Amino acid sequence: MSEYIIRNGHVFDPVQGIKGDKKDIAVNDGKIVDKVGSGAKVIDAKDKTVMAGALEVHAHVAGPKVNAGRWYRPEDKHFDSHKKPGMTRIEGGKSIPTVFKTGYEYARLGFTFAMEAAMPPLYARHVHEEIHDTPIIDEAALPVFGNNWFILEYLKNQEIENTAAYIAWVLRQTKGYGVKCVNPGGTEAWAWGLNCLTIHDPVPYFDITPAEIITGLIKANEFLGLPHSMHLHQNDLGNPGNYKTTIDSLKLAENIKATNNFGREQVLHSTHIQFHSYKGTNWGDFESGAKEVMDYVNKQKNLTIDTGNVTLDETTTMTADGPFEHHLHGLNHLKWFNVDVELETAAGIVPFIYDPNNAVFASQWAVGLEIALYAKDPMRCFITTDHPNAGPFTRYPRVYSWLMSKKVRDERLNSFKKADKVISATTLQEIDREITLYELAAMTRAGPAKCLGLSKDYGGLKVGMNADIAIYNINPDKFPSDGPSIEKAFANVAYLFKDGKICVEEGKVVDMGHKQTFWVDAKVKENKQVMHDVREKFLRYYSVNEANYPVPESYAPHQHIISVDASGVR
Amino acid sequence: MNTVTLTLKKVPELYLECEQVTPDTFAGKTLDQIAGITGYHGKEMPTMGEYFTITGESGATAAETKIVVNGDCTKIKYLGAKMTAGEMVINSACDMYTGAWMKGGKLTVNGDVHSFCGLAMAGGEFIINGNAGNYLGAAYRGDWRGMSGGVLRVKGNAGSDVATFMTGGEMIIGGDVDIHLGTHMEGGKIILKGDANRRIGGQLVKGEIYVFGTINVMLPGYKPVGEVELEVDGTKAKFVDYIGDLGERHPKRKGETVYGHLYMKK
Repeated sequence: MSEYIIRNGHVFDPVQGIKGDKKDIAVNDGKIVDKVGSGAKVIDAKDKTVMAGALEVHAHVAGPKVNAGRWYRPEDKHFDSHKKPGMTRIEGGKSIPTVFKTGYEYARLGFTFAMEAAMPPLYARHVHEEIHDTPIIDEAALPVFGNNWFILEYLKNQEIENTAAYIAWVLRQTKGYGVKCVNPGGTEAWAWGLNCLTIHDPVPYFDITPAEIITGLIKANEFLGLPHSMHLHQNDLGNPGNYKTTIDSLKLAENIKATNNFGREQVLHSTHIQFHSYKGTNWGDFESGAKEVMDYVNKQKNLTIDTGNVTLDETTTMTADGPFEHHLHGLNHLKWFNVDVELETAAGIVPFIYDPNNAVFASQWAVGLEIALYAKDPMRCFITTDHPNAGPFTRYPRVYSWLMSKKVRDERLNSFKKADKVISATTLQEIDREITLYELAAMTRAGPAKCLGLSKDYGGLKVGMNADIAIYNINPDKFPSDGPSIEKAFANVAYLFKDGKICVEEGKVVDMGHKQTFWVDAKVKENKQVMHDVREKFLRYYSVNEANYPVPESYAPHQHIISVDASGVR
Repeated sequence: MNTVTLTLKKVPELYLECEQVTPDTFAGKTLDQIAGITGYHGKEMPTMGEYFTITGESGATAAETKIVVNGDCTKIKYLGAKMTAGEMVINSACDMYTGAWMKGGKLTVNGDVHSFCGLAMAGGEFIINGNAGNYLGAAYRGDWRGMSGGVLRVKGNAGSDVATFMTGGEMIIGGDVDIHLGTHMEGGKIILKGDANRRIGGQLVKGEIYVFGTINVMLPGYKPVGEVELEVDGTKAKFVDYIGDLGERHPKRKGETVYGHLYMKK
């Protein structure tokens, strides 16, 4: 493989504490190395910003519900489908892009890894087919567990070891990466036409509460010592007054310590927390609860969060939180898609327009920014748009511009039709903080890598780490002052290295790389009880045969398996 | 107003997509520049000059530009699509998407049009001096935003699924329509001079449909509430007023439920 030396760039790397110093980065055989020979190809990064490749911690980019979104929204593609010159295929779709566009766009933004945030275990094959077809970036997927009948039954009796053994079995069957939990108990309750809006609402029939599910899943995750922590989409998403439920849920992680060999410190990752940080009792007296939520998060070292920034676009909401999508459809009357996934989960889809003229949507925009700006530790707060729920991931450059420039975000804030209402409902106007390039590198690189248990190879530019490098046309000494210039600089990398190969050059995709699918193989003691339960449930309830359930290796031919051994844990 | 005249030299083998043939793109361009504008023919992108003899002169702005298209346009799509001002006259029948997403100006087709014409039209005047196909003034496939403004007038008949998801504007159909007129309609006005087949105003939330002829089978979600004397498109007559679609949600204003209206001429 060819050698490179990236000269004179301003390097930002929280892993090594480098804050924009001019430094050369040497690359050989896919890794960052000490030095290279004189034959190494020189990349001139003078007046440019050099960072590790970014990691997406939570996005819906592959699988059955993403694809359902694509086919039921032809209008999303109609005005946004084009073929760029070069080796790329047609790039279609705005909020639910094709797999090809997904790969190209992430790479152009400087990303080298993305986590598919919700994989229904039964449809894991479809998720892996799409992951396999997404070029350049490495990916993994989190199977959902928060409404799974096995989990509800085991945790009802507080059987952590059986829960862990079942999780380990599912991860192996589905080639999954970790434990995702969406609206714990609520999605199952919805099969009875109900929901769980606090962590103490009982799930019908199973007679268990969301609090028990969350605590149990955190414990099972630490029992196995998985690279990533439990990944939670909390109850009562998107409703005024939900910040109390959010803090109640986060409190469940108190006094639980992370147990793993990956350098991960958190035991709970709370996702798209913007949607969970609302005060008030209805949309009329709606207020931001970002301060309260972030005061708690800042104190608790064993938590990480991602923002879920509203980008004020027309987009497509999709989640395993079935009852929420039905609620949303009732609000905007747009087409509603719904599916129930047997014993495991459900999903819903509704198109959504975050109209900036609407005070509520503009306030949601402000809450998302407040979350990031109140975060004291950028290594524990990551920027997402919960793609495509709060907006398409292709809007990251715009989100960065709002976070990095008070001028840019105040311009947006003051130009809202109902600016007065947004200003009084939120505290955004009072915040002067501007996220620095160094903090941005923590929020998008080093932080997510550590949170996902990938900090050995990802998120930094230390010798020995993967040569995943993004070089931006940004001179930190002359940081652009207007929104469009900031956006332009982050939207198209000058260079993207993936495993030591140049995949993007001046925004143009020049190589499809060698993408890998990550999954976690957790070894546990032989568990006859769980294997018996699996057999029984397949015979009695599943529509498929147990033998047809696993994802064959042919679905993920370029797999990267992370092994953990919990067979000795008691 | 200056006029540019396009005369078709040869009928395309496949279909020629002329999205760029609008007063907006022609304004301020020389004839050579206009001849260099491209369109799709399958995956190829031929120039307008390859297919049309181009004469006349364009105006400085779209509003000062008139385009006349002559020759057999039955294999040409997207004529006048997205136009915002000026005038276009097509002296032929033409294919799909004619006048789609039109925002302003005046577009006249002296012939029949195929399906998806006047799709999601937002303004201007679109006159079809012939028959129209399906999905006239409807929303794009999957979309919930149909015709929202302007006036669309068809001299002859129109097909199925006309004015689906209409939210505003006015559509006048001189002849008959097939099934599904004004489905999911949430505003605007449809005047049907002839007869309709079945399922008229299905899932209609708001808006008005006037029918001069007959409806083959009336939907059960409509209820007669009285008779009214109205002047509709220049004709004074007595109409039976039906409210509906009673199976669909309806907004409230000042505590009163706002229904859609279907007026049947007596």
